Amino acid sequence: MSKAIVLYLHVHQPYRVRHYTIFDAGVDHQYFAAPYQDRTSNERIMHKVAEKSYLPTNRRLLELLQKHPEFKLSMSITGTVLEQMEAWSPESLASFQALTATGRVEIVAETYHHSLAFFYSRSEFERQVNMHREKVQTLFGQTPKVFRNTELAYNNDLAYWADKAGYKGILAEGWDKVLDWRSPNFVYQPTYTDNIRLLMKNYRLSDDIAFRFGDQSWVGWPLTADKFAHWLNESGDATNFNLFMDYETFGEHQWDESGIFGFLEHLPGEWLKKHGNAFMTVSEAIDNFVPVDRVDMPYTVTWADSERDLSAWLGNSMQSSAITALYGLEQQILATEDLSLIEDWRKLQTSDHFYYMCTKWFNDGDIHAYFSPYENPYDAFIAFMNAWHDVRFRLAAKGVGV
Amino acid sequence: MLGWELPPHNSGGLGVVCYQLCEALSKKGADIEFMLPYKADHGIDFMTVTAAHPQSVVEILKSGIAYDSYKYIFKDGHSETHDLYSQVQMYENAVGQLVQKQEQEYDIVHAHDWLTFRAALRAKQTLNCPIVLHVHSIERDRAGGSTGNPLCREIESLAFTLADRIVAVSQHTKDMIVDDYDIPADKIEVVHNSIEPDALSPLDNENAYHYINAMRAQGYRVVVAVNRLTVQKGIPNLLYAAKEVIARAPKTLFLIVGSGEQYFELITLAADLGIAPNVIFTGFLRGKAWRDAYAVSDLFVMSSISEPFGITALEAIGYGTPALITHQSGVSEIMRNCLKVDFWDINEMANQITAIVQNDALRDTLHENAYHEFSKLNWNDAADKLLGIYGQQLTGAVA
Repeated sequence: MSKAIVLYLHVHQPYRVRHYTIFDAGVDHQYFAAPYQDRTSNERIMHKVAEKSYLPTNRRLLELLQKHPEFKLSMSITGTVLEQMEAWSPESLASFQALTATGRVEIVAETYHHSLAFFYSRSEFERQVNMHREKVQTLFGQTPKVFRNTELAYNNDLAYWADKAGYKGILAEGWDKVLDWRSPNFVYQPTYTDNIRLLMKNYRLSDDIAFRFGDQSWVGWPLTADKFAHWLNESGDATNFNLFMDYETFGEHQWDESGIFGFLEHLPGEWLKKHGNAFMTVSEAIDNFVPVDRVDMPYTVTWADSERDLSAWLGNSMQSSAITALYGLEQQILATEDLSLIEDWRKLQTSDHFYYMCTKWFNDGDIHAYFSPYENPYDAFIAFMNAWHDVRFRLAAKGVGV
Repeated sequence: MLGWELPPHNSGGLGVVCYQLCEALSKKGADIEFMLPYKADHGIDFMTVTAAHPQSVVEILKSGIAYDSYKYIFKDGHSETHDLYSQVQMYENAVGQLVQKQEQEYDIVHAHDWLTFRAALRAKQTLNCPIVLHVHSIERDRAGGSTGNPLCREIESLAFTLADRIVAVSQHTKDMIVDDYDIPADKIEVVHNSIEPDALSPLDNENAYHYINAMRAQGYRVVVAVNRLTVQKGIPNLLYAAKEVIARAPKTLFLIVGSGEQYFELITLAADLGIAPNVIFTGFLRGKAWRDAYAVSDLFVMSSISEPFGITALEAIGYGTPALITHQSGVSEIMRNCLKVDFWDINEMANQITAIVQNDALRDTLHENAYHEFSKLNWNDAADKLLGIYGQQLTGAVA
């Protein structure tokens, strides 16, 4: 019985809202264009991430694909990050295209704008999924067959939608409360669906790499490729190890100095040493393994923090009022057929904006858990709402009542 | 301990801070005699409060606040008005005579702010005991960033040099003492002020501001500033920001609580800016009217140019109102869930105030999280630090 590593990396950057004040609203509509040195400068951050993560990681991934014909992986790449690569780091985009050109890198479907639209507007959600498919077809020449929702936010409704939309698979967090006695290391089928398969993240093994890799107080430190391969080989009954993580784990969340690139370089060789071990893309895992059970998920589960719910994005009243206000403009915005206005409105839907407004870690004094280009969640909210005011202003300027 | 005021006869935060600090110290076993420049009934049982003023004085009439002139009425019936500086001298002499009598033994003299520093030096001369100078503000704070009164600076300079130990209420204040007076940083310990959340007098069921409540019901939102109206507090900048806020959110009222030498200037400025109908000056308040001013508001703003600590921000949060404070304040070193601006950044101040008055969710989330921080505050840590400093002084240990 063969065992496969299903490596899936998520690539994303939002269009951060600059320090946009009430004095800008109604005057200057450039919400996403901060001066280059600002913490909210999207261009500067793209340059930094390209240098620290995208370029060095893709160089190694390409070498691995050339060296090991058995090596395969999957990726999702949001529309917002693809646009920013096109504008500011075309060499990064070319390096991703070089990977997919090998035919062994599968692109996963999602919303173009990395939004939470599924929970606020089904029609807007579908438009963004279509936009993303078209972008992937144009840039990578493939049509995604497996779906992942923003932040891996998943429930029965989403599985039902993805099944009807024709996807062969969908990704979710392998959270204990959902899995119950089950192991994440198999293929499942969501309840109430006909054809679609469910792949669930093995968060323990994934987080060993994504979060704990550089933590010198962790008992597993230092994590080497042969040690990790050994853990997997010892894992008994399993078909597929779903290692799902942010792409930026490599070089950005875990710095070069941590040894993360050495780990990546050696993992395929170590894993493939044992006969029967394989790498599979998400589609291949679905094609190769029969689902062992059905999984019921009536409430929404995400891959974020210890709650595994949407509270990091929608947990306080600033967040819920901001997102409600944004989707409240949908009908008027779309009716204008003004593409730049519609696009700005969509860029504001990116989930990161709401994450920056999260107060729960900020409040617990764990300031290091607060990954944000803003000084505090309130500044994030104020800048966002001022941009929202300006969107309303632009609607009003077109004679649309708001 | 040497201090200039205690509640309820306080003009500002200093008296409240001294009161709560002494209470916490006394709970931990410190035996405190607190010498004030006037006689009054404070209803305090955790320490001895002594009036230090010339013995021939039978009554002292205070005008509005502690920093104005006092009228001294003598036994023989005649009266004299003394300005602040001569009061400082009279206090120094009175303290000197009290400690000379040696009716009490003192281990440490702990003095609060420049008004009492000369008295502290005099006491040290007599008692030959260590003096700890507690700095709640220095002259540059009070002068709003300029050099200020040279007489005050002279006292501060001399006292800081001769002090055995200096306590600053924030890193901000410590840095200024080092900068302004060339005092070695290791002579100064930061002991952040705090607040006893339970010590705030509770609100009653009926807010005193009927008019403002009626306006709030009409959709108005209220921004309150509670300050002495003095240059240190940067209130003109708040009014410039208010003009920008009102231009965008006309249903905004600014409630300016306090009195001080800028009172007329600020009223004139509000009128010149064309925002007089939206700016309400209450004058100096205490008690219920003071508490209710916090409670009736949607945002408290402390626009100080230099604020050694800024206890009013904590009071506002305790009474249900989130705070916008300047980075140039000590309280910004300990509170995370506050909006923060630079005192000179009028546009940013306006930006943040506008956001609050236009969005109740921001106001409520900000306050909810700030209150969570507030409710964990206490004076225990500060008292422990001070007892540690006393101990070092008495044993001759070096920090």
